[in-house]
Amino acid sequence: MKKENSRRSFIKNISLATFSALALSGCNMEIFDEFLQKNFRTLSKKEKDKIIKNLEIKYKEKYGKEFHVSVKPAIDRTLFGYALDLSKCVGCRRCVYACVKENNLSRNPQIHYIEVLQMDKEKGIDFADSDAQYNPEKVPEKGHFYLPVQCQQCRNPQCVTVCPVKATWQEPDGIVVVDYNWCIGCRYCMAACPYGARHFNWGKPYVPVEELNTELHFLGNRPRMKGVVEKCTFCIQRVREGKYPACVEICPVGARKFGNLLDPESEIRYILENKRVLVLKQELNFQPKFYYFFGN
Amino acid sequence: MNFIRFMTGSIRIIFHGSKIYYAWLILLLLLILWGGSGYLGQITHGLIRTNMRDSVSWAFYIGNFTFLVGVAAAAVMLVIPAYIYDWKPIKEIVIFGELLAVCAVIMCLAFIIVDLGNPLRFWHMLPLIGILNFPYSMLSWDFFVLSVYLLINLYVVTYLLYCIFYKKDYKKSVVLPLVLISIPMAVAIHTTTAFLYNALPGRIFWNSALLAPRFLASAFCSGPAILLILFQILRKTTKFEIKDEAIWTIAELMVYAMFIYLFFTIAELFKEFYSGTEHILYWKYLLFGIGDHKEIVPYSWSSIIMGCIAFILFLIPKTRKNFLTLNIGAVLIYGSVYVEKGIALIIPAFTPDVLGQIYVYTPSWTEIKTAVMVFSLGFLLFTFLSKIAIAIVFDDYNIDSLDKKMRLPK
Repeated sequence: MKKENSRRSFIKNISLATFSALALSGCNMEIFDEFLQKNFRTLSKKEKDKIIKNLEIKYKEKYGKEFHVSVKPAIDRTLFGYALDLSKCVGCRRCVYACVKENNLSRNPQIHYIEVLQMDKEKGIDFADSDAQYNPEKVPEKGHFYLPVQCQQCRNPQCVTVCPVKATWQEPDGIVVVDYNWCIGCRYCMAACPYGARHFNWGKPYVPVEELNTELHFLGNRPRMKGVVEKCTFCIQRVREGKYPACVEICPVGARKFGNLLDPESEIRYILENKRVLVLKQELNFQPKFYYFFGN
Repeated sequence: MNFIRFMTGSIRIIFHGSKIYYAWLILLLLLILWGGSGYLGQITHGLIRTNMRDSVSWAFYIGNFTFLVGVAAAAVMLVIPAYIYDWKPIKEIVIFGELLAVCAVIMCLAFIIVDLGNPLRFWHMLPLIGILNFPYSMLSWDFFVLSVYLLINLYVVTYLLYCIFYKKDYKKSVVLPLVLISIPMAVAIHTTTAFLYNALPGRIFWNSALLAPRFLASAFCSGPAILLILFQILRKTTKFEIKDEAIWTIAELMVYAMFIYLFFTIAELFKEFYSGTEHILYWKYLLFGIGDHKEIVPYSWSSIIMGCIAFILFLIPKTRKNFLTLNIGAVLIYGSVYVEKGIALIIPAFTPDVLGQIYVYTPSWTEIKTAVMVFSLGFLLFTFLSKIAIAIVFDDYNIDSLDKKMRLPK
């Protein structure tokens, strides 16, 4: 019996010592808290405010800049839609780079939300014969047209259905978002997406500090971490403040149109009603809200 | 208390063995360490150490996972013919089949964990404390059925060994229903895994109704191969008795499975190559390459050739009944299905990618090392569990041996 007692008390003492050690290292409870952070949609307003405050402090410490992290929800009676005029796009890729800057995309490893495909005019829209690595002296090249592809913000998004932990979902204004703190990095959503819209942080993302955009949205362009999926959010940090996505603003030929599908006076509605639009891979029935048309 | 004695008594067995046993353990340990160094690099720097990128976002790890699900399923499937053909050692077949299934499922989970971008966030998948997207996500289904399958197999095999250890008769009312459930569960785990891929219409290569049937056929071709070899080893080294006819019957059943698999493949090839739509690109990349990109052509053809030779060796009665050619055939079919599930199933689905671009993927050293680590850990576990099972089932290692402090069998 004596032996049993001493064994029991030994285990008790060790556990007590471990717990006290953990408790005393309370200054590192932040990492513990972040690890235990729940899915964004289950958080109360108080919890969200606390997380935002901690994030802004963390970013200030890490990057030495003032950041503003918004958790602004979707505006009422808003459903965002996008239209791209294929007769205008010249393949300059300014949209690609504007997006990189606006959304704090990792420079190394390189992540681009927009991929521009050079296609043959004779073949039409044919992915198998397209070239994403075109690099001529000047664009547009004769006999070719250009098709930029980014997240189509599908009405029936399969990436949302397949996520095993519900880390990605569609917001009421139609934007499909990712909770970077909840994503486990299984990449099932990437296998599901037929448009190549979802990207993975294979390594630790790197953005030069001086190029960081400090106007952030929690579900959008805040700095991401290694091992999570990210995607185009129609610049959620801009459109919920009434601005255009960065790609729409930068396009030098005005090929990109954006607006509220629920507003009958919007430009996007005008295009849907008066132009001949098409969507990519329409037979898959994901019902993109990203339309292509030939304006001229 | 009884159960703890059983556990401690069983664990003692793994510390005693012949020189060959220790040499095997040391080899496995070395492989685990070597493989572990690769995995360590991945944990530190991220999955960028693999050759996976956005275009080919699932590759070697998921391929290995798929193969092992097949092994886990097939291990238990042998219970059916054992029962129908009334093989004498049915209890032993159940025990070893389920031990193999347990190790295979644990290896499956290990491959998923090494593939995750944030493995520590694994708890997000658990219901109640996390969020499990059941029933919408096929991955949540797979997680669910694999867990249930693991628990059933673990429980049955532990219970049977426990009863033999305490020289008690096992309760048929406990074991029989669970073993019977484990059979449709075996079909379920492999079908659910197939549905994981089948569910994605954006991946043309996987969008065939034959995908799930092909999975099951290939599992039945290859899974029993391990047990075939294992039973021969057990027959030579322990009191395990299994008639030649039983082994030949296993081989015969595998022939049926191989033939069905061959037929399914021909059906797939006809559909693609006759109609010649752009969907042919994925099969083309697999079998002939596209342009200058012929990277996985050697893999696909070696898989086909190994499979065909195995089929012929098993089909002709003379070579089936000759144990040398039989075992060569078993190794060949196992290798064929491994290459097919590991590479030939996953990579063509991503090449060309969804926007028509080609990213060339072959496994990196990190991926190979990590896979070696997981396989070695699985072999180690299977070695330990088999040793315990052999001692309890064949060498009469039981509660008396503990009490009498008998010399442990080698």
